[in-house]
Amino acid sequence: MSSSRLPWALWRAQILAILRLEVRKSFFTRRGFWIYFLAFAPVVLYAVHSFVELKNGARGDLGDDTHIFAAIFQFFFLRLAVFFGCVGIFVNLFRGEVLEKSLHYYFLAPVKREVLLVGKFLSGLLAAAVIFGSSTLLQFAAIYCYFSSNTLQEYLFHGHGLEHLAAYLGVTLLACVGYGSVFLAAGLLFRNPLIPAVVVLVWEAVNGYLPGLLQKMSVIFYLKSLCPVAIPEGINADRSSLLALIAVNPTPASPAVAILGLLILCVAVVALSSLQVRRMQIDYGAE
Amino acid sequence: MNVLGAKIPFLAKERLEAAGTHHPLSPLPSRTGADDQRIVFEDVSKFYGEVLGVNRVNLSFPSGITSLVGPNGSGKTTLMNLMTGLVQPTRGRITVLGISPHEPERLFRKLGYCTQFDSFPKGLTGYQFVYSYLRLFGHPHPVADALAARAIERVNLAEAAHRQIAAYSKGMRQRIKLAQALAHQPCVLVLDEPLNGLDPLIRAETIALFRSLAQEGLHVIISSHVLHEVDAISDQVVLLSNGYVVAEGQIHGVREEIHEHPMQVLIRCNKPGDFASRVFQQDYMVEARILPDGQGVLVKTRDADRFYLLLNRIAQSGIEIESVAPADDDVLSVYEYLIGAEEPTK
Repeated sequence: MSSSRLPWALWRAQILAILRLEVRKSFFTRRGFWIYFLAFAPVVLYAVHSFVELKNGARGDLGDDTHIFAAIFQFFFLRLAVFFGCVGIFVNLFRGEVLEKSLHYYFLAPVKREVLLVGKFLSGLLAAAVIFGSSTLLQFAAIYCYFSSNTLQEYLFHGHGLEHLAAYLGVTLLACVGYGSVFLAAGLLFRNPLIPAVVVLVWEAVNGYLPGLLQKMSVIFYLKSLCPVAIPEGINADRSSLLALIAVNPTPASPAVAILGLLILCVAVVALSSLQVRRMQIDYGAE
Repeated sequence: MNVLGAKIPFLAKERLEAAGTHHPLSPLPSRTGADDQRIVFEDVSKFYGEVLGVNRVNLSFPSGITSLVGPNGSGKTTLMNLMTGLVQPTRGRITVLGISPHEPERLFRKLGYCTQFDSFPKGLTGYQFVYSYLRLFGHPHPVADALAARAIERVNLAEAAHRQIAAYSKGMRQRIKLAQALAHQPCVLVLDEPLNGLDPLIRAETIALFRSLAQEGLHVIISSHVLHEVDAISDQVVLLSNGYVVAEGQIHGVREEIHEHPMQVLIRCNKPGDFASRVFQQDYMVEARILPDGQGVLVKTRDADRFYLLLNRIAQSGIEIESVAPADDDVLSVYEYLIGAEEPTK
């Protein structure tokens, strides 16, 4: 079938219909409140930090805070909050419906399974991007809010402030894309999401020690390459510590290669997932 | 009707005995253009691991109401799930009006399936449920809205349409599922235990709805445990036991093929004693019992055709016959004869 004859308009309408059904579930599940906790915990932390600094009348150090932000962004936000948030959102796109015995309604609609997969992935991505993107934005605002307006203006408009913010938002979005695709596949392949989550977590943690080719088969490799601020030297000075193991910076890829590499990884994983979803059967009794 | 399209019942049990095997070995039918008007199973088996779902099923459903009858675990739901692609066959081939279940984008424009799963996407009203899934067809809002309203009206749920499904009774949930299955106006409607949970009035209305859909030319495939309802509404039945098709066809034809159980016929006449003595002289008659009210005779015969010929002669000889009715020419009797103890609800 030539691309001009593919029913793009129908697929677009079906994906929008799937989004309408899914978005509410992705944002407002009772079981998913912990995702908000993970996402916005750093915001609270930075807000408390700024409040204390303001109360003490401290003027702060922009450089220190920038490094603190970079470290927390990499160690906590990307590796734990976005990571486990994507586990919660994307694994449940199919698993959740199997457990609630409602997936068959999709399978009984005139929708190609691949289109259903894309629709569900996009709905998860929308939820993850809004939750974690807004968290990144609020974190950025919270950590710098106690600085004087002159310092902030200087940093944002004449320094690298906005550039950093854009980069962090981009990395957050790409993290949602990358981890989202991985955990969408995991939700199709595994009944217990903890198993793939732990395996991927360990894989990502030891990424720095893997051979070059294997490093490229992880999400964190590309994300670390795109982070705008390097982690402070002091943190990974002792290379035998657990923190250093996580913080080891592999040979970074250029931004273009990193973005392209991550998107290729994502497309490959989603394509593999589509094979699985095409074979999927409804057998709730086996759950 | 059997796989070859002839209006003769297929009695798997007899074939089994003749073949000396426990498996119904039916030849694969040749494919014709007529398959585009039928639901066809060709040598279909389904195993869940080592557990048998159905085995070597050869069936062909015409339009009208076809009932799948059998006890729990007999394979009714598996057959329905197979024809809708919710499960995939271990072997064999299935087409629904010429479309493979592997093509959901084509199949589900023609087929609606009301499953027996009593579960729904959370947080939706009845209307939102029907409407939302209609949007998956690519319908714009006005079309989906009109189709949803019409389907909900058709199952008499309009007043409760904007209430949360979570607050519905079992019968209402059953009806909203039915509305969702028929909202896109399918040619094939597959209904797994559709009368479960319905009160008698709604049950009667729903059966009337099935009849009208069948009269519109739809294929209506129903599974049911309730034999007297199946008997009342079915154009043809498929009897299942332990994953095997035991018999299929029009119930009258199936009954005629069960030779080990004499046909029972109820005759209302003015001289039951004379009638009984006349018929009992025939060697193919098994029993002739005068009814307790003295107004008729229940006869059992091994040869219904010869008995009916005899009946004509008796009628001409002066005995006034008011009515003749088969007494065990129904799903319940056929079910008891073929499947026996594994009996669903009567």
